[in-house]
Amino acid sequence: MTTITEAPENVAAEGAHHPANPAAGDADRPVGHGRLQRKEDPRFVRGKGRYVDDLALPGMLHGAILRSPVAHARLVSVDTSAALAHPGVVAVITGKDLQGLGLAWMPTLSADVQAVLATDKVRFHGQEIAFVVAEDRYAARDALELVEVEYDILPPLTDVRKAMDPDAPVIRDDLEGRTDNHIFDWEAGNKAETDAVFASADVIVSQEIVYPRVHPAPMETCGAVADFDPVEGALTLYETSQAPHAHRTLFAIVAGIPEHKIRIVSPDIGGGFGNKVGIYPGYVLAVVGSIVTGRPVKWMEDRSENLMSTSFARDYVMQGEIAATKDGKILAIRTNVLADHGAFNSTAQPTKYPAGFFHIFTGSYDLKAAHCAVTGVYTNKAPGGVAYACSFRVTEAVYLVERLVDMLAHRLEIDPAELRIRNFIQPDQFPYANKTGWEYDSGEYERAMRLSMEIAGYDELRREQAEKRARGELMGIGISFFTETVGAGPRKHMDIVGLGMADGAELRIHPTGKAVVRISVQSQGQGHETTFAQIVAEEIGIPPEDIDVVHGDTDQTPFGLGTYGSRSTPVSGAAVALVARKVREKARFIAAAMLETRPEDLEWEKGRWFVKGDPSIGKTLAEIAMGAHGTVALPEGIDGNLDAEVTYDPPNLTFPFGAYICVVDVDPGTGHVTVRRFIAVDDCGTRINPMIIEGQVHGGLADGVGMALMQIIEFDEEGNCLGGSFMDYLIPTAMEVPDWETGFTVTPSPHHPIGAKGVGESATVGSPPAIVNAIVDALSPLGVTHMDMPCTPARVWAASQGRARPPI
Amino acid sequence: MMKLRLARPEWLIDINDLRELDFILRNGDVLRVGAMTRHATLLESAEVSRLFPIVSDAERVIADPTVRNRGTIGGSLCQADPAEDLSTVCEVLRGSAVIRGPRGERVIPLTEFHQGPYETAVAQNELLTEVRFPIRPRSGSAYEKVERRVGDWAIVAAGAAMSLADDGTMDDVAMGLTSVGLAGTVTEAEDLLRGKAPSEELFVEAGRIAARACDPVADQRGPVDYKRHLADELTRRVLRRAAVRATDSQEG
Amino acid sequence: MQISMTVNGAEVTNVIEPRVLLVHYIRDVLRLTGTHWGCDTSNCGTCVVLMDGTPVKSCTVLAAMADGRDIRTVEGLAAGGTLDPVQQGFMEEHGLQCGFCTPGMMLTARALLDKNPHPDDGEIREAISGQICRCTGYATIVRSVKWAAEHPRLSDNEQADAGPSEEFADTIPAEEVRS
Repeated sequence: MTTITEAPENVAAEGAHHPANPAAGDADRPVGHGRLQRKEDPRFVRGKGRYVDDLALPGMLHGAILRSPVAHARLVSVDTSAALAHPGVVAVITGKDLQGLGLAWMPTLSADVQAVLATDKVRFHGQEIAFVVAEDRYAARDALELVEVEYDILPPLTDVRKAMDPDAPVIRDDLEGRTDNHIFDWEAGNKAETDAVFASADVIVSQEIVYPRVHPAPMETCGAVADFDPVEGALTLYETSQAPHAHRTLFAIVAGIPEHKIRIVSPDIGGGFGNKVGIYPGYVLAVVGSIVTGRPVKWMEDRSENLMSTSFARDYVMQGEIAATKDGKILAIRTNVLADHGAFNSTAQPTKYPAGFFHIFTGSYDLKAAHCAVTGVYTNKAPGGVAYACSFRVTEAVYLVERLVDMLAHRLEIDPAELRIRNFIQPDQFPYANKTGWEYDSGEYERAMRLSMEIAGYDELRREQAEKRARGELMGIGISFFTETVGAGPRKHMDIVGLGMADGAELRIHPTGKAVVRISVQSQGQGHETTFAQIVAEEIGIPPEDIDVVHGDTDQTPFGLGTYGSRSTPVSGAAVALVARKVREKARFIAAAMLETRPEDLEWEKGRWFVKGDPSIGKTLAEIAMGAHGTVALPEGIDGNLDAEVTYDPPNLTFPFGAYICVVDVDPGTGHVTVRRFIAVDDCGTRINPMIIEGQVHGGLADGVGMALMQIIEFDEEGNCLGGSFMDYLIPTAMEVPDWETGFTVTPSPHHPIGAKGVGESATVGSPPAIVNAIVDALSPLGVTHMDMPCTPARVWAASQGRARPPI
Repeated sequence: MMKLRLARPEWLIDINDLRELDFILRNGDVLRVGAMTRHATLLESAEVSRLFPIVSDAERVIADPTVRNRGTIGGSLCQADPAEDLSTVCEVLRGSAVIRGPRGERVIPLTEFHQGPYETAVAQNELLTEVRFPIRPRSGSAYEKVERRVGDWAIVAAGAAMSLADDGTMDDVAMGLTSVGLAGTVTEAEDLLRGKAPSEELFVEAGRIAARACDPVADQRGPVDYKRHLADELTRRVLRRAAVRATDSQEG
Repeated sequence: MQISMTVNGAEVTNVIEPRVLLVHYIRDVLRLTGTHWGCDTSNCGTCVVLMDGTPVKSCTVLAAMADGRDIRTVEGLAAGGTLDPVQQGFMEEHGLQCGFCTPGMMLTARALLDKNPHPDDGEIREAISGQICRCTGYATIVRSVKWAAEHPRLSDNEQADAGPSEEFADTIPAEEVRS
């Protein structure tokens, strides 16, 4: 599996241990891009990470939230007297109390409002009703049981397909004039053109494809410590946030605290995956608790609260159709989607795109036409909607197109790899304008597909499969080829609650040549402290260990929209590269002054400006920094430091892609699926730290196994959430996942300063269709052409009996 | 249970210090296992896996290694969760439970131990101290569990044990099912098989009987028809494996 | 009630509520926050510590049940200021990302290697199968444990007797340390 087929600098299969590291300067400690141990690891391996729940401020109280045990009910009364009398309880806050403060409702990230604490009705199982603040976490939980709540039960709406029925209960009667559960209709592409292509196509494959509701479930749940200083009128809020700056602005708007008096600190975060983008009632309640009691208040949700109330993901019912000629030229694709947004539309996505970037469902193929229409509705379920490493719904889009292409291959009896290769957008077609409004930046799809097939030993696998089928064994090979769209903005098209999707970076070179770079994005495990130091190192030649990366504290970092949608490297990475170049250019002027020559007579080598033609005369960046802060006579317009700042507004998104192959074995007697092999070839453009990239890919692949095989947040008919613990919402262990086989190609983004595209969600996006395609392939001798996730033993067995059913 | 505030005992006594209940001893034709024997200890015992491979089969799929470091056979049996694996194992091995209380010690067959979900024959003032397993020559046993994920409770599991007479017929045979609402063992199938030589036809019939005998309920792990199918499928599988093991068995 | 135990080589005594879980005792009372909490149902394993050398889920052990026992947390892995090979291995092989499951994973790995110095991939995967990692997809954790197996520290067996680690002494109020 280590064959290198083309130029080794941009194509490789990675070995089991140290991955190929083509860009490394020094083999062990690159000054710039290359495999480098993470700078954050020494504290984590010593147990010295500092997560929100590790904070213990003097006098700190503990909050706990009382949650609704029912999905839909009028709130008749909330009696807190017994809870207040419980030893250790300091305050009990209800929706009524918040109403008095004008805080009972908060704006969501999708122009809706969400109840902080219920006042009129409860609208989902697990909704927030009261907040107890007590001296310790046990006392707070004790008191929850003493709050008396009277409910007037209403019929719940849990079946998304019935949301628009005329007799469906109206969930959002708080919204004036609201008589149904409709949220939005949104479409992309040209319907008439698409319908015309379909009308004349040889072959049409249609399938309802469900992407069930799942949850990102980071190991650390969401939480906050709020510390309000009544004298200064200032709030410090430590919280599990993927977007501290956006949160600061929102808190200023929600709580009415002036923005300069708010400091949001997002310390070490124990995984995010989209779960920590939004603002949850618990964060607001911690703040209110601190204001009310005058003491710091910690709120950490437990696992059930995390799974039942915070941002879910997916929940799309997609009617998909693909049209093709009989010899396998894909012509068009269309889909109607019913999107379950839960009780409040708190989906985090750019304002213009209520279905996120779902309209990249045209995939990696050169089509004549495409059209999608998405309808969003309310149900009595937890709010949320964009989460779990999905790149703003690219996950759903890729799953749809890759399932449809596979079904088409099956119908036409063309090998699924071959069918994809025939229809790929060709390298010379980039930049490629697809039929729904995207401009793909760069791609060499066939090269990645062929590399993946080579690592897998594709032909040999098909031979093995044929032999096994002859013996009645169920082995499947599944392919998925995905194109992602990540790195939002540009600002002119992309905003979240009016905030443009751009990111800032500040770089300071200290007089001794050490540096600090401050960024607006926040790491939840992606290794920003390492990667961003490497980007700076590559540009200005200071070793990464001499560059401190500051992030996660709004008082210390420039404004920016945060980490989600795989946007850290495409947006913030660009900002950091550009700020480093700005410093480098400034250094040129200072060096020229120091060397008493003209800037244009200097030449750059990593870390140093020298006189063209005489490399012995030059100044290192450290010397220049000392000069800048020293007594050197500076040129006109150059001030006495070696610092710079930029805000990067991306000109376009980036379009990483990948070719995945999955091999499964299915036990025909039990329906149990074993993922035997998984081959992932990713192209994320320029690779900064191959070790970190590989880690990002591995994690996403395991996510894919979870979603494909075992994950779903289900509800019973009463609207009870059935996925409220790790006993019922299953996460893969080391036993369910194979030893990943990875490879890569490098197709730089032409518009990104260093050509990097981002990789954080590629594998989560790309892996579920590969696994499901493999399972359907395994079951195809039994006549199965489709089954929905999760492919649990029971559901696979039912499919094998010809009784495949949607999960919802 | 206590963490989720489902159980609120007034008094809680830590019996982890009863080290004398942590033992695996062979007394002639009986293997005695103390109630405080950890899952991990059972799994690591070479003697247990030689005499009763079903125990190793089951222990390997009970919870996870870290939980197995703490959990005990007595704890599993006394919790009496319908999806708990060792109950089936102990029943098909024709095990008996030693229960001690103020009025002394009593020994009851495992089939009488469970009195419903989360209910056992152990009274408020009694303690399960030991489980005893008869050791029989030319015997074999097996357990198989289908789960959604490693460490999950069983969707369905089945266990079987048999001992062979000199002529190769089944002296005794027992089959049990986990998580499908079956109290005791599949006696109808046992009666059918007893005295006959192991054969695929018999195992198929036993599977059919097992599927009929159980009373599963639909839940997130699967619908009723699937669980019945598994009862059938897994019964056949464990019988086959138990028969092979019995034939290969050297224990006399 | 009063409990005493040895934590990372130092004896500690506290008066606690009987219902306090060991994980909360370690985190909130001893302020050793490297041990994490991640679920309510003994499924996730972020709370794993070594009790008398054996990995246990400290959210499923009452602090009172640890009375008289020997507890080792992640803060006690790097006794004497030198990292345990397991810690080194996790850094070498990128066995961690967000770091939340890492302490539990490393302690289980330590216990595994103490018992089985040369585990194969399957044995490592099984040993950590009661612990969830959302970031790494596990392959690099397996590599990390193998790295540690290939780079044993000669004094591994002596660590347990090395007395209070520096890490611990830094963290625990002096009056609670009686060694």
